Amino acid sequence: MSYPLTRDQHLELYYFMKLNRALDEQLVRLFRQNVVVGGLYSNLGQEATSVGTAYALEKRDWIAPMIRNVGGLLVKGFKPRDILMQYMARKDSPTMGKDGTSHFGDLKVRHVVSPISMLGDLVPVMTGVAIAGRYLGQNIVAMTWVGDGATSTGAFHEGLNFAATQRAALVLVVENNQWAYSTPVAKQVPLHNLADRAKAYGIASSIVDGNDVVAVYQTAKEAVDRCRAGNGPVLIEAKTMRMKGHAQHDPAEYVPKEMFEYWEARDPIARYEKYLTENNIWDAKSKAGLDARIDKELKEELEFAEKSPLPPPDLAEQGVYCEGCHTVEAEWKRSKKEVTPPQSSVKPEWEVADFGGFDLASTISSKAAAAAGNGGKSAASAPSGKSMRNSPEPKSNGQKASLQKPNERPEKSRIAEAERVPFGRGPKGKAGRK
Amino acid sequence: MAPVTMLEAIRQAIFEEMERDPSVVTIGEDIGVYGGAFKVTAGLLERFGWERVIDTPISETAIIGAAVGMSYQGLRPIAELQFIDFIACCFNQITNFVAKSHYRWGAPVPMVMRGPSGGGVHGGPFHSANPEMYFVHTPGLKVIYPSTAYDAKGLLKSAIRDNNPVLFFEHKFLYRRVKEELPSDDYTVPIGKAIVRREGRDLTIVTYAAMMHTSLEAADELAKEGIDVEVVDLRTLLPLDKETILHSVKKTNKLLIVHEDTRTGGIAGEIAAVACEGAFEDLDGPILRVTAKDSPVPFSPPLEERFLPNKNDILSTARELAAY
Ligand SMILES: Cc1ncc(C[n+]2csc(CCOP(=O)(O)OP(=O)(O)O)c2C)c(N)n1
Ligand SMILES: [Mg+2]
Repeated sequence: MSYPLTRDQHLELYYFMKLNRALDEQLVRLFRQNVVVGGLYSNLGQEATSVGTAYALEKRDWIAPMIRNVGGLLVKGFKPRDILMQYMARKDSPTMGKDGTSHFGDLKVRHVVSPISMLGDLVPVMTGVAIAGRYLGQNIVAMTWVGDGATSTGAFHEGLNFAATQRAALVLVVENNQWAYSTPVAKQVPLHNLADRAKAYGIASSIVDGNDVVAVYQTAKEAVDRCRAGNGPVLIEAKTMRMKGHAQHDPAEYVPKEMFEYWEARDPIARYEKYLTENNIWDAKSKAGLDARIDKELKEELEFAEKSPLPPPDLAEQGVYCEGCHTVEAEWKRSKKEVTPPQSSVKPEWEVADFGGFDLASTISSKAAAAAGNGGKSAASAPSGKSMRNSPEPKSNGQKASLQKPNERPEKSRIAEAERVPFGRGPKGKAGRK
Repeated sequence: MAPVTMLEAIRQAIFEEMERDPSVVTIGEDIGVYGGAFKVTAGLLERFGWERVIDTPISETAIIGAAVGMSYQGLRPIAELQFIDFIACCFNQITNFVAKSHYRWGAPVPMVMRGPSGGGVHGGPFHSANPEMYFVHTPGLKVIYPSTAYDAKGLLKSAIRDNNPVLFFEHKFLYRRVKEELPSDDYTVPIGKAIVRREGRDLTIVTYAAMMHTSLEAADELAKEGIDVEVVDLRTLLPLDKETILHSVKKTNKLLIVHEDTRTGGIAGEIAAVACEGAFEDLDGPILRVTAKDSPVPFSPPLEERFLPNKNDILSTARELAAY
């Protein structure tokens, strides 16, 4: 499937990416002036991944950004001043100086969940957001990003596994920027493609050139639509590169020079500019206009941020608990009756679709099956397992990898009634219930 | 009405809250079809359906994480930890994600994390823990540890309606051992309020959970010896009801703290500090404590018996204190 973009949308993608980068550069200047409090984490080289994925979402959808996903925050409607003031630890920042960086959010309007530093933790949280969205009838998708390094955490595993068992509408973007602090991806995961992690969860996945914003958008849109239709989570691996050290203090001397050069030649913004020109989507004048607008906006945003004072010390003791300062109210998009007795009542019994016997494993030979006592006749149909992924390194803009479908499981048990074995004591002492 | 066990009181609280408010959902391991390891959630699935009674994989981090996400959506999830010992597996989610959420970015987390805790049932080192102090040391959480069926029901209802994350410890030794008649109306018990279970003039015992009952038994015996003990049941450990503690200490001038948690870093130390800060002039003796030993909870009955504090420990320590 291809999702055509209008001229305005094309230009908007440019606007967000360029703003993302200009903001990054501005922060580096502020860091050098000692105006940034604490560390500074660059997004350089990864703008297409954040912007392209978030752009595929509807207004009602939810995101949780990580530290290099400022692009996603901009697409969701936050202003550069929010990020500036977070880094400058100012009173008018979204967290009023209680936290920094992209550690902020907005539950009610923009549907953005604040990340925490602990990598991987957002995966189960956004799974919960998606499950609640389904429960409330909102028809939403939840999206979050993890780095290549974060895919090694237990939270990533528990979260994605749970999302898969729940068929939650979760789009998980694995931002493979080749490095986790000083550790190369090969020391993180013994896989060439991180998308292969999806196989372990039986979910769909795809790989995309993370420096090709149109491809990223197309891939993300397909994933978002698939999720919204109720087909379970999708993992997207975006291959990209962290073009600086882990943070401003880190000169990244452990990265081979040639590696930076390789990716420099694939800079997402330079590539997209070329794409817009070659496809006659813009001209020099419209580019100049957009660049001037970004300059002007950023200047105003910085002025605002600089005027904001540091927070008053008293604030340190406030807000530990919610003492009536917030209302908690779900946004119901379905009738509460459906989830209230008697309508909600069910027969509390599992549907056990297959008995998990050796003979059902699709990969075993008929000989092995025969040995298991089923005469080899039960070699179940092999899972489709066909890989529809494109080459991991598409060359041109707009080239999109299609989703790899999860393995399809045989719907029904092929074991004959007579061959069923008792489970032992079930809920009501019955054996072999369906 | 017939008397109700603490376990049944907890079940009733969940049941009634789910009945009252469709934003209340439950999530945990084996809570649905099976009804929970201790049957606290028995019957919930049948009445409220698969969407509101969610059986999860064995993934404590996913349980707490997903519950946070649900609460961000305005739901009020109740997460069950099959045994409270497994709370260690989701320590990060609770202390970093849940507890800091409102402070950092104003996002309330109206969720309850509950599970069976405590020893005395030969559960061994991994099914007997009292891990409350890890969480009492975590600003942003509320921590409840009730001792009676009435309080368990009323406090759990308050916890579900609270806009903050609440840890609700259920002493499994008490589950089926304490019983009482409960009011038929919809009542709650306020979080953060201790209660004086027994009035006395000579000495204050501050305690909670299963040790509350042991302390009351000891107080009855001490009364026969002419030592009039006041027993304060904390009920909520965070926020701590300093007022009730200090009020009692100022009255009796002597403070003994009794808890089943291990000694070092137990809440007794905190309460002793509260008393020194707020009632030093009123103290007529040292602040003493009766606690479990500083070891993991051992399995074999004689070992666990030695590990746990008991009535005799309370009696001898109280006599020692009363002699001042
Ligand atoms: C659970 C956890 N362990 C360690 C850290 C410290 N840390 C912060 S970022 C980072 C590297 C992250 O690498 P990756 O997930 O690939 O993201 P990237 O920085 O490349 O965007 C580490 C080790 C952390 N934040 N969380
Ligand atoms: Mg990385």
